[in-house]
Amino acid sequence: MIESDVLVVGGGLAGGTAALSAAREGADVRLVSHKESTLRHASGLIDVLGYHDGTLLADPFSAVGDMPEGHPYERVGSAAVEAGLDLFDEVAGDLYAGSHTTKNALVPTHGGTVKPTARYPASVAPGLASDDGEMLLVGFETLTDFDAPLAADHLQNAGVPFEVRGVTARFPMLRADAKITRYAKVLDTDEKGIRSQLVEAIEPHLGDATRVGFPAVLGHDHPARVREALADALGADVFEVPSGPPSLPGMRLEDVLFAVLREAGVTIETGNPVVGFEASDGRIDHVAVKRTHQRVPYFADEFVLATGGLVGKGITTSREGVREPVFDLHVPHPENRYDWFEDEAFGDHPFARFGVAVDTDLRPLDGSGAVEYANLRAAGGVLGGADFAAEKSGSGISLATGRVAGRRAAQS
Amino acid sequence: MSDSENFPIDVFPETEEMDLRPGADSCYKCSACDTSCPVAEVDDDFPGPKFQGPEQWRLKRKEDTSVDESVMKCSNCMRCDGACPSGVPLSQMHNTARAEYVSEEMSMLSTEYWRNRILANYGTLARIGSKVPRLTNFVMGNSLVQQVNEKFLGITAEREFPEFATETFVEWFEKRGGSTVQSEDKRVAYFHGDYANYNTPEVAKALVRVFEHYGYEVAVPDQRCSGTPMFANGMMDDARRAAKFNVETFHNLVEDGYDIVCSCTSCSMALRQEYPELFTFDGTAEVAAHTYEALEYLRIYEDVEGDLKGAKPNFPNLAYHAPCHARNQGLDGQAVNLFSELDGLEVTDVGDSCSGISGTYGWKEENYDTSMKIGEEMFEHMEDAPGETGLTECPTCAMQMGHGSGYEIRHPLEVVESALVN
Ligand SMILES: Cc1cc2nc3c(=O)[nH]c(=O)nc-3n(C[C@H](O)[C@H](O)[C@H](O)COP(=O)(O)OP(=O)(O)OC[C@H]3O[C@@H](n4cnc5c(N)ncnc54)[C@H](O)[C@@H]3O)c2cc1C
Ligand code: SF4
Ligand code: SF4
Repeated sequence: MIESDVLVVGGGLAGGTAALSAAREGADVRLVSHKESTLRHASGLIDVLGYHDGTLLADPFSAVGDMPEGHPYERVGSAAVEAGLDLFDEVAGDLYAGSHTTKNALVPTHGGTVKPTARYPASVAPGLASDDGEMLLVGFETLTDFDAPLAADHLQNAGVPFEVRGVTARFPMLRADAKITRYAKVLDTDEKGIRSQLVEAIEPHLGDATRVGFPAVLGHDHPARVREALADALGADVFEVPSGPPSLPGMRLEDVLFAVLREAGVTIETGNPVVGFEASDGRIDHVAVKRTHQRVPYFADEFVLATGGLVGKGITTSREGVREPVFDLHVPHPENRYDWFEDEAFGDHPFARFGVAVDTDLRPLDGSGAVEYANLRAAGGVLGGADFAAEKSGSGISLATGRVAGRRAAQS
Repeated sequence: MSDSENFPIDVFPETEEMDLRPGADSCYKCSACDTSCPVAEVDDDFPGPKFQGPEQWRLKRKEDTSVDESVMKCSNCMRCDGACPSGVPLSQMHNTARAEYVSEEMSMLSTEYWRNRILANYGTLARIGSKVPRLTNFVMGNSLVQQVNEKFLGITAEREFPEFATETFVEWFEKRGGSTVQSEDKRVAYFHGDYANYNTPEVAKALVRVFEHYGYEVAVPDQRCSGTPMFANGMMDDARRAAKFNVETFHNLVEDGYDIVCSCTSCSMALRQEYPELFTFDGTAEVAAHTYEALEYLRIYEDVEGDLKGAKPNFPNLAYHAPCHARNQGLDGQAVNLFSELDGLEVTDVGDSCSGISGTYGWKEENYDTSMKIGEEMFEHMEDAPGETGLTECPTCAMQMGHGSGYEIRHPLEVVESALVN
């Protein structure tokens, strides 16, 4: 019989944070995730709140306390958001930067815009738009996602306080359709002296630039070593411009988070989805995990749902309506599906806020506002009331609510 | 790309059918599969799973192109399946494409074809070889024979052929008079596959003893190779013959109330996933629905977790590698978690990389270097781990672990046997 104190469903940032927080409270925790972690698709930037009512925020915490009723930040309160970030800082360690300030950093993106974010990979740090050193962006013919000259033009036009140029170079040795993991691997291992070959290709374009930005492929296992070697040889700082999906910064974050989870004694199972559950007396008794064909019961005292939003399939839509597929939870949404969208493409679409509604203990509520199951909590993208993409709040919500859900589950 | 494009939303997904086309259509080109592919990470000639699967499929539907030969470089590790957030049946597409490539593009007179066929039909060779185990071990261990194999067959001379046991598992089982337990309601049929029978009977014996310890009657029916090496080499006719035999045999047992257990994670993968994806014999679905990896079965139906707490097996520290096919069945954390509270030894996970051998893949002369490059990370982690004995469920991963580290490699069932059965 498979059983644990706390069972977390979902292996993204929210599920990982919940599992870690519960384990730190002394609970015996199992995390079950259908697919490899979605962290590998994410940019690796940790947004807390970038925009509020359409305005860019210098300090996310200036508005975290003002969110409307039902928004995940309003549910857990701004102290929980800070605590979630503290937990993140501890887990990410040297891999990340940004914890020295509460302010948003402005990170240049591969499209040449600047994006407000609370924490960013250390590999991104020398590229921040607040620095005034002259910048050279380097793209590669073979990685077409990043058009460096175009991104440089956009940045310059956006009025950044420094000179920025872009060049497209040829990445030595690799063939046209090599995957980003292949780039990272050759740089990690310095196969055939690839690092100096790369430096030779870039040097003629350096000019007076004091920092050089590359697509985010500078190593998987040893990114700091790769950057340092390139920087030493070029005599300029080296940084990555986040892009993706898929994304190496996301994969590196996945690696550290899962290593910390294993160290904390969390049992991790990926590859099989949770497909159903049994409940009695208002409590979940067990969930059913589909192992190729068999439905295997997993028992626990407390459950955390962290299956993500519309993208992660934690919320699904059909012509019948919007639903949460694992526990069949109520998802508030307009009856008429023509009311899900605004007319303008970039309007304030209601569907972006679809998700389960919860009480302040993060327990999902039914249509009448009553708690559905006493021992079930929800965290991360599956929660309703926030427009992650427009607010730039995705990771912050996962960290804050994941931590609260995990701790409360362990304490119950 | 704008941020809104970073959040692709399929508001009205199409209904899923067991046909590959909707699978190919549901690919939204996120490339998650490509970043999980161990071959693409070390070999930029290999176009990756997204191309092998959905792209090639679309291309072939539009125009009458033939399957690209690069599909033969895919090691069938099935990691891409576990990465795709959209449920695209990648390995099923690769298996189908590989079979088409072999039957349409590869000359049946080529050395490559015969080499692959020989490797894929290892079980037949083993059946003959194991009749005279000492002689076979002597001949196959001869370096001249290995050079000849490499030169004429393209089987790498770098690797040592696995030794044949002097008594096969089936011989042992028959000699002891079959199962020592009779039970009406606790009965399992053991799919041992070729390797545990001919090369590592101690693993198979451990399974029998552990299940008998828990009161199960164990049946060991006549069986063929699971087909794993045949799928990987595109030898679909061979695979179909073997699968048909296995499905008929085990379906009868399922109808008599047996569940099927495997000690090899590629065998359980074949029976529970690849058979229903590729074949439609009577009983295929029932066999799939009743197949388990051995320890998985005990975790579900017995309190093996509780029984192992504080138990003291006669084993040194162990360095565990999770086979890719175990990963795909959600079993990658199982051994380390189950063994975490054993007394007197530490079991360390050596990381989530692929071992690189992928069955017959790493035996081919042209893949040997790639295979060792993929394995490098695992070898390094083995070196760092406190244990100097390896542990894994997959026989070919075990070969690769032994080859790269010089360690002796054991199976989790042997640890459980030592802990629980006296
Ligand atoms: C492409 C992309 C780019 C992003 N960029 C940013 C960014 O720049 N900044 C930022 O702050 N955030 C970004 N995010 C968001 C962020 O990474 C997280 O996705 C977000 O915080 C939500 O996390 P989550 O853990 O709730 O859900 P998810 O990350 O979606 O994880 C859900 C998990 O649940 C699993 N699951 C789903 N259903 C089941 C089931 N039935 N049984 C078992 N497991 C199941 C999935 O396999 C998955 O592992 C991005 C996300 C994506 C996808
Ligand atoms: S099965 Fe393995 S080797 Fe083949 S394409 Fe998929 S990930 Fe790559
Ligand atoms: S992971 Fe799936 S959806 Fe993404 S590119 Fe590969 S096949 Fe397509």
